[in-house]
Amino acid sequence: MVFQKIDRQIIELIKDIIPEHSRVLTDKNDLAGYSFDASFGTYFPEVVIQPLTTQEAADIVKLANEKSIPIYPRGQSTSLSGGPLPVEGGIVLDLSRMDQKLDVIPEDLIVIVSPGVLTGAIHEAAEKYGLFYPPDPSSSAISTIGGNLAENSGGPRGLKYGVTKDYVLGLEVVTPQGDIIRTGGKTVKNVTGYDLTKLIIGSEGTLGIITEATLQVIPKPPSTATAMAIFDDVVTSGKAISTILTSGILPSKIEMIDQACIAAVEDYSPSGLPLDAEAILLIEVDGKPLSVAEEIQEVGEICRSSGARNVVMATELSQQANLWKARKMVSPAITRIKPTKISEDATIPISKIPDMFEKLKNIKEKYQLDLVIFGHAGDGNLHPNILADKRDSDEMKRVEQAVKEIFEAALQLGGTLSGEHGIGTMKSSFLEMELGPVGLDMMKRIKESWDPNGIMNPGKIFPGKDQVFSLMEGE
Amino acid sequence: MKLAAEGVISYDELKEPIDLCLGCRACETACPSGVKYGKILEETREALYHNHRENSSLPFQRTQDLLFRKVIPSSKQITRGANLLWFYQSSGLQKLARKTKLTDVLPGSLSSFEKILPEAASPAKRKKRAAVLKPSTSPKWKIAFFTGCIMDGLFEKVNSLSLELLKLAGCEVHVIPEQTCCGALHAHSGRKQDAIQLAKKNIAAFEEMDIDYIVNNAGGCGAMLAEYDKLLENDEEWAERAHAFVQKTRDISQILVQCELPLGNVEMDRKVTYQPSCHMTNVQGVVDEPLQLLESIPGVIFKPLSKAEMCCGSAGIYNLVHFHESMKILDEKMKGVEQDVEMIVTTNPGCLLQMRLGVHREKLEEKIEVVHLVELIAASCGLTLTDE
Repeated sequence: MVFQKIDRQIIELIKDIIPEHSRVLTDKNDLAGYSFDASFGTYFPEVVIQPLTTQEAADIVKLANEKSIPIYPRGQSTSLSGGPLPVEGGIVLDLSRMDQKLDVIPEDLIVIVSPGVLTGAIHEAAEKYGLFYPPDPSSSAISTIGGNLAENSGGPRGLKYGVTKDYVLGLEVVTPQGDIIRTGGKTVKNVTGYDLTKLIIGSEGTLGIITEATLQVIPKPPSTATAMAIFDDVVTSGKAISTILTSGILPSKIEMIDQACIAAVEDYSPSGLPLDAEAILLIEVDGKPLSVAEEIQEVGEICRSSGARNVVMATELSQQANLWKARKMVSPAITRIKPTKISEDATIPISKIPDMFEKLKNIKEKYQLDLVIFGHAGDGNLHPNILADKRDSDEMKRVEQAVKEIFEAALQLGGTLSGEHGIGTMKSSFLEMELGPVGLDMMKRIKESWDPNGIMNPGKIFPGKDQVFSLMEGE
Repeated sequence: MKLAAEGVISYDELKEPIDLCLGCRACETACPSGVKYGKILEETREALYHNHRENSSLPFQRTQDLLFRKVIPSSKQITRGANLLWFYQSSGLQKLARKTKLTDVLPGSLSSFEKILPEAASPAKRKKRAAVLKPSTSPKWKIAFFTGCIMDGLFEKVNSLSLELLKLAGCEVHVIPEQTCCGALHAHSGRKQDAIQLAKKNIAAFEEMDIDYIVNNAGGCGAMLAEYDKLLENDEEWAERAHAFVQKTRDISQILVQCELPLGNVEMDRKVTYQPSCHMTNVQGVVDEPLQLLESIPGVIFKPLSKAEMCCGSAGIYNLVHFHESMKILDEKMKGVEQDVEMIVTTNPGCLLQMRLGVHREKLEEKIEVVHLVELIAASCGLTLTDE
């Protein structure tokens, strides 16, 4: 694909569309802030545009399509897969300022939002009506709903409540040609034509730009209770998860942290976690107070009879928060091991959790890496994280090989490359391994018919010709 | 910042975005990865300061040094500033200046602030302050009060009320004369070495006495004091002493909330909102205590401020250096104040001045009063200063 560079004339055309020129950024220090996300690599855009309306966004896309300029939608850049990175330069469309609409319509159990609204703000707005928008990516306090929709974000509650795509009824989308369409509607049931809503969600900004969404909300469970179970053996903890999930109880969250994470957390912010334990499970149930109290007792008993060394339970909110603190501390704590964090989210069927633990253990030993595991164990969405130093090229080569083996392991167990982070730039070279050549080709055909000029978020999802996975910057 | 460290962008390109950051540190409370932004920010400002200093003229350096090394930390100089302010206000010069619109000729920031500056205390009044205040019963705690330089210069009344209130709450209160500026303004401007010197001076001063708590009433100063351990973590001689200092540091609300106070001695009926100080919330983590105190005052009807967590734009000296940006933030802030609110309560001198300016800009002076939390509590207790 040959793209056109942005020159003065194009900037003038952009300024004709965007009346306030302060929303068209071209200074290097402004562009620098848009050159990275929470994943890997630095790529400068040529211009950053902050539209405030769907029409502005559509006019910009139309211009980009006519002139063959790559365009990259962006929320708050918390992406862990490179979603908003302008790998080919061009335009970054910063949608974070399109946050005007956040309408809760309790009679219809829906919320209508602009793409720049923070996910956390939707949680708060729904709660005022006793309602609940379940998807809860860890970054929800700072991530935009637009980014969540484009990447189909998950979160701990995925186990019981599903992920972003399960709560979207309809979208307003700017097509790669700059037209505005609506998909779906305002009803749970809707089988009119192809389900374009689901096609757009998780398409990582490669098929269009979401400019409004109609989300479904449900009644908020009035209470929660939490159990923390400590295990001497990581495989036993995996078996306990399976036993809980087949016992007739569906917890809202089951999170695990492994021994290396426990050690890192204790080093970072000591709270008396046992350093000799191989795994800690945190289990939350939600619902009416009486059933919650009963269910957490049952969960505790199951953990004990499955071989937990110790189980602590809490129903008071502050005590529960205390138990969850250890899980919250994992991310900041482990970055102190080494500066470069490679965060994977390969996901496997629930019954294969113990097998995956075993395989990860072997990979860690084989490549002599700081590999730690934590994450949403209840839905098979583990987060193996490798801590390395990107200045050590020998170590980074080993990381590359380990990452490849993690993906292979997940696929062998019937799992997937990515549970919730997306493919982006980070996993595209492995796509064919999971989809097969025909599966990949069918996806490409969709992309090419929607966006024949290839301007929408190029360089994502689909691997380039002969592309190989590399974590070496500037090579 | 990382890109500048790697040489991808220059320090000059980094300067403007860093200068425009309020440093409110709300991002730290939102960050899912626990990034210590405050530390990175101050290290970046230090690097920018050294880079800028190397490239600036000698007279400029001297003026800056004079301001930061002599004027701000010296209680004498601040006192002199306050004295001048008092003279200006009480001599009628202020009225004359306002009448002749002389103040409108001042740059935007200064002329705006001139209108909302508090009445400074007379030099005699400040001198009269006792070194120790003893309660009538045996003291609950022995407290050393951190006066702060801006607080003491501009809001001497709030400091005096704080001392009296702590006494009324059953504490023995000491004012240690050797104390100096907390160093926050220095640290925020990249003058880390100056901040370290001030920190050491304060630590040494407060070590002299065996006390339970070091209490302050300014959110910004309190945040700085609470981070002395981080400032001195790599200094073998001082790390432990700094840690001990931090362990004793408290905001006045944390103390008062645990004490018996004769709240309701004076009846009131006020609709009150509260603008929390960012540094008190995000750095000290003091969130509930001021609210608990507010809600315990009989006759106070609490009206939550929408977007209370958003900075008011005061941010140290941000409102002086970046007046226009600061005013945009302030105007946004004022939209969150409900129609029937009669009083805005804050817990930091910067916020106090800024919110007064906000009220002034909205032309609501007749309707809305802006006070420090201590003033409201003191009023409810019927506490007045002896010479009033």
